[in-house]
Amino acid sequence: MARIFAYITHKGGVADDTALELAAAAAQIADGTAVTAVVTGSGAELEAVCAAVAAAYPEVWKVESPALAYPNAEVVRKALVQLLPAGSVLLLPHDTFGMDLGPGLAIKMDAAFVADVVAVAAVEGTTLKLIRQEFSGQLSTHVSCDIAAGAVLNIRPGVCKPMADGAAAGQIVDKSGELGDLSAGRQFLEVVAAEVGDVDITKSDVLLSVGRGIEDEENIEMAVELAEAMGADLACSRPIVDAKWLEKSRQVGTSGLTVKPKVYLAMGISGSFQHLGGVKGSPFMVAVNKNPKAPIFQFADVGIVADILELMPELTKKIKSA
Amino acid sequence: MEILVCVKRVPDTAENEFTINADGSDIDRDDLVYSVNEWDNYAVEEAIQIVDRVGGKVTVVAVGDEDSEEVLRREMAMGANDGLLLADPAFADSDGRGIATILKGAVEKGTYDLILTGAQSDSGAGQVGGMLAAMLDIPYASLVDSIEVVDDQSLKIGREIEGGNREMNSIQLPCLLSIQTGINEPRYVGIRGIRKVASVEIPVLGSAELGIGGAAVGSAGARVKRLDYFVPVLGAGAEMLEGSTEEIVDKLIELLKAKGGLK
Ligand SMILES: Cc1cc2nc3c(=O)[nH]c(=O)nc-3n(C[C@H](O)[C@H](O)[C@H](O)COP(=O)(O)OP(=O)(O)OC[C@H]3O[C@@H](n4cnc5c(N)ncnc54)[C@H](O)[C@@H]3O)c2cc1C
Ligand SMILES: Nc1ncnc2c1ncn2[C@@H]1O[C@H](COP(=O)(O)O)[C@@H](O)[C@H]1O
Repeated sequence: MARIFAYITHKGGVADDTALELAAAAAQIADGTAVTAVVTGSGAELEAVCAAVAAAYPEVWKVESPALAYPNAEVVRKALVQLLPAGSVLLLPHDTFGMDLGPGLAIKMDAAFVADVVAVAAVEGTTLKLIRQEFSGQLSTHVSCDIAAGAVLNIRPGVCKPMADGAAAGQIVDKSGELGDLSAGRQFLEVVAAEVGDVDITKSDVLLSVGRGIEDEENIEMAVELAEAMGADLACSRPIVDAKWLEKSRQVGTSGLTVKPKVYLAMGISGSFQHLGGVKGSPFMVAVNKNPKAPIFQFADVGIVADILELMPELTKKIKSA
Repeated sequence: MEILVCVKRVPDTAENEFTINADGSDIDRDDLVYSVNEWDNYAVEEAIQIVDRVGGKVTVVAVGDEDSEEVLRREMAMGANDGLLLADPAFADSDGRGIATILKGAVEKGTYDLILTGAQSDSGAGQVGGMLAAMLDIPYASLVDSIEVVDDQSLKIGREIEGGNREMNSIQLPCLLSIQTGINEPRYVGIRGIRKVASVEIPVLGSAELGIGGAAVGSAGARVKRLDYFVPVLGAGAEMLEGSTEEIVDKLIELLKAKGGLK
């Protein structure tokens, strides 16, 4: 069996939740072989993350360089190509960093690549059977992946039950001395923080959230009226923000805001993982969608197959008259 | 600036209810509505806007069968100058690496300062752009939501990261960027625009023209293979409310009241 590695993303000296999730996914593939965590960074933050991660991984590779202080995927890629032995299997989180790093790294390692893995179904010698989704989560597929020459696997955040912390007393191995030239054609400049809007949907108890099913900008008014009648705040999925029908500060999801309401009413939203990734705290979720097969019905508590453009005005009228 | 934009013809996820064929090997494709991958439309719009600002030319390229020509024409009606179709029976069932290998063949037949892809396609992979950049050994950035041309050597770009935050980078040309939705507002294409480009010739290149050997692409070259399609069972499933609109509305109001969803 090839050596198996998990790349640990971290911020402010704290390892991401995916650190323990990748440990669990790696254990499934490793079949008893020890899994090594790779942590890149610099200074005290790197030290803190390595120490924390050693509680879940038997071995932790510490990779330190000023060039790695911010995780610029082009620089991290160079470092990993220099350090990882040929034929390695590397697990990454399928987030905005993993999406940036994984595909190009697989080419440079001459390894196979599978994006957005949601489950490991079977390990048969050097062939993995993995589960992914296509068409925005509407269908799943099994894929086979030949890992004989190595592999980079991007694992969807949140799908693997995290490994119990404290399962290991890992050894930290400093690999920094093996680094070569890390110059890259892409330089990190700065992070620009999200704009703050007029309503803070992260504090709302009741959210009425509209998606592409709203169909037209003029129909937004319908949702505004319903939200008002309910005493809810208005939120939305990404396409509504892309079309500039509502402000970015109302977008729920991985690239928008994380909300923790008590009640979440999803109107004309299909239920992609990037959208639902922003809905936390298991709210009472109601989904209205005209497609009975919409993935959102798998996550909602209550579902209604209906045209939101007909249902919303009816609901508003009834609430107002009550 | 010479810009190449990779575009893919995909079943429209918003327009279709997908059904799986009898043996689970594929989806029923007969009645599907196809369109250009949503992300690629933003990429083409961005390329056109850059050329409007600094001059140059936009070429759109697709790997697919002859049906992909309609997608190329649509993007040319938007304002792309040239189209290029990469088609060969040997390309069928390529994995992401195979598609990138085919595109590399086309890139090397021209000289491009900038290559754009969409952030992801119907496969939900987001892999072809990063792979192609690595094969070409040029800098790459994914999920790009702003592009500013600094000079003929470099761009200043914004990348979307978690939580609505953005990461600003400087990147050297030539480079490859994958484009995220919302970077611009893609222009509308009318029937008249499509008609205007209906007779423009779109060259078709196959494995011989691109110099791509059989083992690198197609099913033989694929290390990652889709085995089947199935309908996911992800959660416990919702309790479905049924009845007349009035009954549904009454029941919903009752539930919302009970859960604190009405003030
Ligand atoms: C890196 C990355 C980050 C992303 N971040 C986010 C994010 O933060 N938030 C987010 O939301 N998305 C995000 N996305 C996009 C995400 O993948 C989906 O494309 C998006 O969530 C889909 O939004 P939607 O459900 O509104 O639209 P669609 O998927 O198009 O669904 C529309 C739904 O409405 C239904 N419908 C249509 N008309 C009606 C009607 N009249 N009545 C009832 N139902 C109707 C349809 O059946 C369909 O199910 C991200 C994508 C990427 C690649
Ligand atoms: N068959 C194809 N032809 C041209 N471009 C493609 C093809 N497949 C993928 N791409 C490009 O790669 C991007 C990412 O697709 P994917 O890696 O399949 O998620 C798409 O948005 C396209 O720009």
